[in-house]
Amino acid sequence: MTRDLLLFACFSLLIMLAPQLFTGGYLMNVLVFVGINTMLAIALNLLLGYAGQISLGHAGFFGLGAYLSGILTTTFSLNPWGAMPIAALVVGCLAYLIGFPILKLKGHYLAMATLGLGVIIYIVFNETVNLTGGPSGLSGIPNLRLGGIVFDSDVKNYYLIWVVTLMVMLFSINLANSRIGRALRAVHDSDVAAQVLGVNSRLLKVQIFALSAIISSLAGSFYAHTMTFISPASFGFNFSIELLTMVVIGGLGSIYGSFLGAALLTLLPEILRGANDYDIIIYGALLVLMVMFMPGGLVRGIPALYRKIVTRRGEAGHA
Amino acid sequence: MNSKIMSFVIGAMTLLYSATVFAASPIKIGALFAVTGPAAFLGEPERNSAKMVIDEINKAGGVKGHKLELVVYDTTGDATKAVQLATKLIKDDKVVAIIGPSTTGETMAVIPVAEKEQVPLISCSAGSKITDPVKKWIFKTAQNDSLAVGKIYEYLQKTKQTSVSILTVSDGFGASGREQLKSQAVKYGITIVSDDTYGPKDTDMTAQLTKIRGSRAQAIICWGTNPGPAIIAKNVRQLGIKTPVFMSHGVSSKKFIDLAGEAAEGIKLPSGKVVVADLLPGSDKQKNSLMDFVKDYQNHYKAEGDHFGGHAWDAVMLIRNAVEHGADSAAAIRDQLEKSKGFAGIGGSFNYSAQDHAGLGKDAFVLVEIRNKDWVIVK
Amino acid sequence: MQFDQILQYILSGLSTGAIYALIGIGFSIIYNATGIINFAQGEFVMLGGLLTLSSLELLKLPLWAAIPSAIAVSTVVGFLFERLAIRPLKQPTPINLVIITIGGSILIRGLAMLVWGKDTHSIPPFSGDTPIAIGGATILPQHLWILAITLIIIVINKVYFYHTISGKAMRACSYNRRAAGLVGIDVRRMVLFSFVISSAMGAIAGIIVAPLTMTAYDVGVMLGLKGFCAAIIGGMSSGISTVIGGLILGILESLGAGLISSGYKDAIAFIILLLILFIRPQGLFGKANSERV
Repeated sequence: MTRDLLLFACFSLLIMLAPQLFTGGYLMNVLVFVGINTMLAIALNLLLGYAGQISLGHAGFFGLGAYLSGILTTTFSLNPWGAMPIAALVVGCLAYLIGFPILKLKGHYLAMATLGLGVIIYIVFNETVNLTGGPSGLSGIPNLRLGGIVFDSDVKNYYLIWVVTLMVMLFSINLANSRIGRALRAVHDSDVAAQVLGVNSRLLKVQIFALSAIISSLAGSFYAHTMTFISPASFGFNFSIELLTMVVIGGLGSIYGSFLGAALLTLLPEILRGANDYDIIIYGALLVLMVMFMPGGLVRGIPALYRKIVTRRGEAGHA
Repeated sequence: MNSKIMSFVIGAMTLLYSATVFAASPIKIGALFAVTGPAAFLGEPERNSAKMVIDEINKAGGVKGHKLELVVYDTTGDATKAVQLATKLIKDDKVVAIIGPSTTGETMAVIPVAEKEQVPLISCSAGSKITDPVKKWIFKTAQNDSLAVGKIYEYLQKTKQTSVSILTVSDGFGASGREQLKSQAVKYGITIVSDDTYGPKDTDMTAQLTKIRGSRAQAIICWGTNPGPAIIAKNVRQLGIKTPVFMSHGVSSKKFIDLAGEAAEGIKLPSGKVVVADLLPGSDKQKNSLMDFVKDYQNHYKAEGDHFGGHAWDAVMLIRNAVEHGADSAAAIRDQLEKSKGFAGIGGSFNYSAQDHAGLGKDAFVLVEIRNKDWVIVK
Repeated sequence: MQFDQILQYILSGLSTGAIYALIGIGFSIIYNATGIINFAQGEFVMLGGLLTLSSLELLKLPLWAAIPSAIAVSTVVGFLFERLAIRPLKQPTPINLVIITIGGSILIRGLAMLVWGKDTHSIPPFSGDTPIAIGGATILPQHLWILAITLIIIVINKVYFYHTISGKAMRACSYNRRAAGLVGIDVRRMVLFSFVISSAMGAIAGIIVAPLTMTAYDVGVMLGLKGFCAAIIGGMSSGISTVIGGLILGILESLGAGLISSGYKDAIAFIILLLILFIRPQGLFGKANSERV
């Protein structure tokens, strides 16, 4: 437990000091997105990595949070800090209610059902033009303010988003180490066995689904206030797949893995900027290769690879 | 004695050389085009045209001794990427002006960035609300879709076909067109009897058209970009619908005629003059620029220059003219742009002012009809 | 007048539904033999259309030669996909399978984009495009081709699965893989077969629908999803149930778009999917499954 906290403290320190290294400029902007994507990846990881329930529709909850915050603060001129919890509450309730029928399904059926849910949400964003602005998007969303500070620059947003992301990480690490975390892993391994031991697996799955949705909604709200413009295109099926890729590449069931996956997938397009037509192929190839050769994700695969190289070298030394 | 002369000569040459280097600091222009992705039919010709005209300007010695340097980023049609890349152009590449983006959705997203960082933006997309209301740093070269709608409605009013059915695509372009169609109807005495939409990836619109067939419409107006309108044209033919069909300027390219085949015959649409450049009367102010552009594009890229590429061409030329008048910083370029008058470009004759950052009038469009797989100007 | 409209909706829906049915059968065949949902199924539909285009334009083959060559190449792709991506999988958990087939579909789509570009292309219809009137509604000759070919495929399917040894062997695998292995069936080869057959069917679906809807590198995504819906409605059967499922889906979509709202057309398919999954996951015609723990 203390080792976990120490690791977390070091990580937080690195994150907070990073802006000193990268003094402003475009990279700051990218790092803000890494923060938001980390939050989303963690949300999905709780559901997928710990509880073992596939969701291909998480972009929908992200979008709901963004649009609810956006609409409440523009059309209804609510204070952003008030709109955010309202959005999270609405999304949480929605997820809770949908969770009961949807989580009766397993494996591929659950994947398809969540995919369908995500697409329906996306279509609603596109069609309810009077509320959401439709395909042209919603603009004029206000920046967040706290005390006298307006969060309208990349550096300020970086600190704001990462403080929240770090809190979410801490919360998730604690959750994973708690009784609930163990119950989740039990359900993942064998639903029936967990039930036999007294875990109300059905309720637990729905609760985690709702929690995952709430965190995604929060990420969406912050996204809306950082970008000040949102459009349905960012919340479609493609983004759900991106999130899934982040979690898988980073490592299922690992919070730091989510950070790795999010960071890699947010930075990769920047590095590949010259080879634009090839990036979609690289995504697909990455997914396939990771699942085939490193199913535990980078966070487990890299140490394992290192160990393998070291032991092989050791053996060769003795030969 | 010799070495002193030597060092003097070297010193003088170095001074002269550095003088030319300093005098010729290139002017960096940024560009955000949707080169790949669903709007690639816009972004690719735009990037090609921009590169082509900048190369030509530089080959002729640049503008006032400055070479122009173009920094192009591919937004893939994604508004979020557009915002990020706009920030990158301004903060990392330090451009003095930005051309693009290619679509209305992306432009609306990028506007706050340009306004905040005080860098002039010349958009290549159609949405009227980009410059209405006027924003200090935002200009556009693409014709407003309000003008396109006006052209169609004007014709319908003249031919007394005033009850229409509209069928628009559910993306930024279609949504903007739909807004214009609805808001301008009253002005021209048009009644909209049915209002349907279709998705950009839909492959069959017979359901919507069956509904339209049952209505009393005298004209069908379809607002979208390929391939949807091509499918709609085919569906219209299949269902035996005889009502005249009007399309938007989104399909004013040979590609539409290729895709729709026989079904394209008789369809009318408002188009930039570039597709009928050779049919224009000699008195038309734009004829020369248009013919040059079409010839150049054909030489460079072995393809037909269309009016999408023309938007980027116009934007580069407008910036070039601004620099020619002595502007070399973002603020100076903005001021010069606002004063631009009478520039006969590809999209039309531009006249900017403090109240009008779109610069074009009704003559920016001609109504054309597709006959024998080619364009004909409608009188 | 109203009846004419509804007839038109139904006829249009029938032909779209037939396409969904073909794709859905492809899903079912693989699922029944292997327990895998192949997310890349839609991409074979796309390949069928684009490969036919290349055969016609680049190789200048006549239509009757272009089609089989397109099917052949798609089948090879399906073969490679199974060999390279599915068979070597060390931990075939549902999550990994979902992810690898998604990754495979993205890869195939990306390669298609490189080869054929992002443009839409049209393919000439098989026998012209003069509309045919039925009652007050019209269809095109291509629609008849679609319905006819779908029917032929169903018959071939039935014959294959119930009257040939390898067909029966594949059915045996779907009932119980271990038992099938025990009686001497090469399960791994059956898996390969199922991918080969499904990719061929997907390609055929893509070829017969391309003259109507045109084809591009990304037509596979939505078609694949809707084909899956058809399969779910039909209870993942590789026979008539999935076909009915596809037709129902096509007709409901068409009626919904015409009578209710065209914007929400795609949502209809997914709402039906969710309803079926919630209320009757074994499909309209399947028997309830029991799970071994």
